[in-house]
Amino acid sequence: MFSINTLSPSRSDYLLATVLRLCAVLSGVVLLLVVVFLVQEAFPALRHVGLVRLFTDDSWHPTEGLYNLLPMLWGTMLVTIGAVSLAAPLAILSAMFCQFYAPVSLARWYRRLIELLAGIPSVVYGFWGLVVLVPMIGNLHPPGPSLLAGMVVLAIMILPTIALLMEASLAAVPQEYLHGALALGLRRWTMIRNIVLPAARSGLFASAVLGVGRALGETMAVLMVCGNVVQIPHSVFAPVRTLTANIALEIAYAFGTHRSALFASGILLLLIVLGIVVVADAVKPRWTYGE
Amino acid sequence: MKVGLVQEEGRTWSSYTTSSLPSDTRDAHICAAQLNVWYGDKLALHDVTLAVDRGTIAAVVGPSGCGKTSFLMCINRLTDMIPRCRVSGALHLDHLNLMSPTIDVLALRRRVGMVFQKPNPFPLSVWDNLALPLKEHGVRKRDELRQRIETVLREVGLWNDVKDRLGHSALALSGGQQQRVCLARALVLSPEVLLLDEPCSSLDPLSSGMIEDLIVSLRGRLTIVIVTHHLAQARRIADSVAVFWAQAGAGWLVESGPTQQIFDSPQHPITAAYIQGHRG
Repeated sequence: MFSINTLSPSRSDYLLATVLRLCAVLSGVVLLLVVVFLVQEAFPALRHVGLVRLFTDDSWHPTEGLYNLLPMLWGTMLVTIGAVSLAAPLAILSAMFCQFYAPVSLARWYRRLIELLAGIPSVVYGFWGLVVLVPMIGNLHPPGPSLLAGMVVLAIMILPTIALLMEASLAAVPQEYLHGALALGLRRWTMIRNIVLPAARSGLFASAVLGVGRALGETMAVLMVCGNVVQIPHSVFAPVRTLTANIALEIAYAFGTHRSALFASGILLLLIVLGIVVVADAVKPRWTYGE
Repeated sequence: MKVGLVQEEGRTWSSYTTSSLPSDTRDAHICAAQLNVWYGDKLALHDVTLAVDRGTIAAVVGPSGCGKTSFLMCINRLTDMIPRCRVSGALHLDHLNLMSPTIDVLALRRRVGMVFQKPNPFPLSVWDNLALPLKEHGVRKRDELRQRIETVLREVGLWNDVKDRLGHSALALSGGQQQRVCLARALVLSPEVLLLDEPCSSLDPLSSGMIEDLIVSLRGRLTIVIVTHHLAQARRIADSVAVFWAQAGAGWLVESGPTQQIFDSPQHPITAAYIQGHRG
């Protein structure tokens, strides 16, 4: 007899598909719950203080009822932009070296080294920053704990991750292009500049954006080296406080509207990350394939 | 074949051991004697002795994995890019010893163009695909660039198709057009030798025929070595044919000679069987 079961996928396929769907739904629900929780906790601040005052109050003095998040927002943005601008060019150079200049054996060890660096906990980078970098900057231009220190420590921290991702996008450039370039007697640098980098630009860009995401969320290392003074910095040597550091520093003793305002700053962070993803998706240089 | 990427100008990973050339082949344009290629410990090409006369078309035929591409890659020293590749024997282009560790491989590759099996135009505009090698080899003036690019595009029969969209991506072209861009790109440097690695195998019959006609039109001007699986094509266009065969993983040259002789009176039973198999 001809049964419908002989035509449909097997029972185990159904089972697998169901489990996979469940997992997908679960991760979506987790995100949704996080957002709901944040909004719920931030709601008192949004109602009592209002969205406008979070950006227009005279300063951040929660105990006195002043809730201006703007200095911390500036701190977060500047540290992040600085870190990525320092790290991305170095990461491209590192990726090019590993992929095109280093002999195979050296490249292998070099790659392992970077993977190891990517695995170092952020607090260790923070230690190094505190003990080595901050005194150095202090000698150059007191006080020492500063926007610059945060940028440098963060740059070193995200460099391995961006470098690995960028190397992966360089490695993904089709071999045929490279063969073609070599057979034409192009120098290595000509090949990299004119063919590899344009072909890989989408991946390179995506790697930098991931770096931005990591830098935005980093808390510990930044907290240790930035000085945490609530102010809009007037130079790179001025201490700053980031949104994440602010939350970590104050959540332990905050209550009432103060606590709620910290959750509001959490929402702000979430929105920034969301904004970056959207912008990155919109301005992302497309692959030249099929154009 | 996966090619490693470290290319040190004037220095290579591969090692080359030169031996001398038999005296009766010294007039040939490309001349190989007792040429061996190893990839690591694996012998890929064994004891190939072959001469190609100036301005002729030489077809290299044989089953997959018999070292045809390895042979081509010795001639423009793409073997340099394969880690742990060793080459021994003698290989000359005119009087230039291709086995010498000190030759300028970039200059060599300007003299020896290559077109690959799969069309591989760069992900750039048609113009940039052709201008890039020209600029790299010292052509800077826009007028000269324009004139050389137009000439070569006319030559490959692509000018009328692309003259209004030179700034468009070469990847938007059809497969056959892409392969003609690649041919143009190889020709734009005015090479004296053209290496073709199964240039028609990924194309439809019409495009394949166009490429074939183009190759024939180049006879006399360039020395062409074409690897092909297509015996009928070899018979149509080649002046001489070399039959490669694989034995225990290593490729070797079974027989070479004028096209007619190879097809009409093969000397070696393998050649005879190979030709026969493809006739039926």
